[in-house]
Amino acid sequence: MRQRMGRTGFNALVAIIILYSLFPFYWVFKSSVESSIALNRQTSSLWPTNWTFVHYEAIFAVENFLRPLLNSMFVAGMATLISVVLGSMAAYGLSRMPIKGKVPILGFILLVSFFPQIAMVGPLFLVFRHLHWLNTYQSLIFPYLILSLPITTWILTAFFSQIPADIEEAAMMDGATITQTITRVFAPIAMPGIFTAAILGFLLSWNDFLFALSFIQTPNMDTVPLALVNFRNAYYVHYGQIYAGVVIASLPIALIVLFLQKRIESGLTAGSVKG
Amino acid sequence: MAAKPQIGPSLGTASPRPRRRRSYMASRSRVGYLLVLPAVAALAAIAIYPLIYNIVLSSRFDVLTEPGTGHFTGLANYRQMLTDPNFWGDLGRTGIFMVISVTLEFAAGLILALIVHREFKARGLVRASILIPWAIPTAVSALLWKMFFDIRSGFVDFALKALHLPGANLVWFNSPVLAWVPIILSDMWKNTPFIALLLLAGLQTIPQEIYESARIDGATGWQAFWSITLPLLRPAVMVALIFRTLSAMLVFDTIFVMTGGGPGQSTEVVAYYDWYKYMVSLNFGFGAAVAVAITVLALILATVYVRLLRQRGGFMT
Repeated sequence: MRQRMGRTGFNALVAIIILYSLFPFYWVFKSSVESSIALNRQTSSLWPTNWTFVHYEAIFAVENFLRPLLNSMFVAGMATLISVVLGSMAAYGLSRMPIKGKVPILGFILLVSFFPQIAMVGPLFLVFRHLHWLNTYQSLIFPYLILSLPITTWILTAFFSQIPADIEEAAMMDGATITQTITRVFAPIAMPGIFTAAILGFLLSWNDFLFALSFIQTPNMDTVPLALVNFRNAYYVHYGQIYAGVVIASLPIALIVLFLQKRIESGLTAGSVKG
Repeated sequence: MAAKPQIGPSLGTASPRPRRRRSYMASRSRVGYLLVLPAVAALAAIAIYPLIYNIVLSSRFDVLTEPGTGHFTGLANYRQMLTDPNFWGDLGRTGIFMVISVTLEFAAGLILALIVHREFKARGLVRASILIPWAIPTAVSALLWKMFFDIRSGFVDFALKALHLPGANLVWFNSPVLAWVPIILSDMWKNTPFIALLLLAGLQTIPQEIYESARIDGATGWQAFWSITLPLLRPAVMVALIFRTLSAMLVFDTIFVMTGGGPGQSTEVVAYYDWYKYMVSLNFGFGAAVAVAITVLALILATVYVRLLRQRGGFMT
């Protein structure tokens, strides 16, 4: 009897967790396919009343939402690419080469990831203004390194340290050059780790709002979160369009998570718990 | 004699040429530094340089709307900051938000981790469904929850009306106290999964045998939880707590999107205060002083974290 109650309680808890996590998405989706009239009524319902896709058409036709999507993909992608290249180099050096000061270097990288983003906004704004970089991609790509490079380096150092150095040594004994060893022997083994680091670096850059808010003032340079928030700063709030925008902004993220869940989890914990 | 040049580091004591080996090691360590340099230099340029810039800027009067009037003012910005009741008010609200959100997220994260640690059918579904909110950008999450609490099309209002509960037709964001409810729910939604994952990884390092021998010794589930799980989970707990405390201290996106600090200043936090001084008042000297204060607070927390990591060992040691 007690066990049955325990089982029921457990199942209820699981149901609550899933509902709390996913129901807000359902509600946004439901609202995104309702007409503005339905959205402005005093009452709403659990199911969409009259299905319509006008809001989806409007955010692409009127608000040109494709542009922020491409902007976000480009800046987050570039920041990830640079982070993965620099992070792999650093991680290889830290995990393979006999260098002194490994602990202080990793400590420094970790410390940098704790630097408050808000404290960088003012100085970077002044520097970018001086360089005429405001409203450019580089005014986001470079600051995004602060978000993605520390975690990429940490994850990669953790991953590379787990790959036994014997394999590379054996290859070198057999007469392979350093370049051959790295490209033919090391890289294939390291690829999953690099991929994991890249996903996390990408998600963290994609997540940014503060830098974009501070360095971007022209709508066609907006990133996705900035564009969505700016919808509502317009003199008239188009709720339906915000709902549709949130759905479109969340969809690729949800797909990434569903397909790469294991990797994301291992990356998140490799950087902090195992490390 | 040595017709073939020696490749590879591991011939050990048998190596006939110790000098060559030493120079080989030296060149490897030189390559090592060269590999690490770009990453460290990039981080220094984007993080350390602004930090120093802030310290310089904080001793100056520099307001962008008054070009040409910039001058050295010593500690005037700090004095002004420390005597501004709004600064202290925002700091206090930030502290309260930190305590409430981190406590709730930790409690929920622990429960979540303990649930997912068990074997059951919907386990994969739970793991995936909590990870999606984590991956959604904070600003989008805030927007989502703001709409969720909307008076016309939001779910909360709908549910309260349907259940005939008080609170329907309530404009949550007009109340200095209730405006915090959606803020904290949104923050929890986004951040609890992170804590849960860290704790789950910690749980998975505890060997199952300990529980079995405890059961043989007659320990109840609760006893095992208090005297085995929690103590062994301590390192993961500390890491999760400090990560979250720090990011709660710097909360900005959620506040900006949901309330803009309002109504009045009742949801204004210290990061918002700083952003406003920089980007709205364009008072860069003053903003820099606040930034220095925030950085000092953050670095104190971060130092504690690095200390803890080092005590625990791992690949850093």
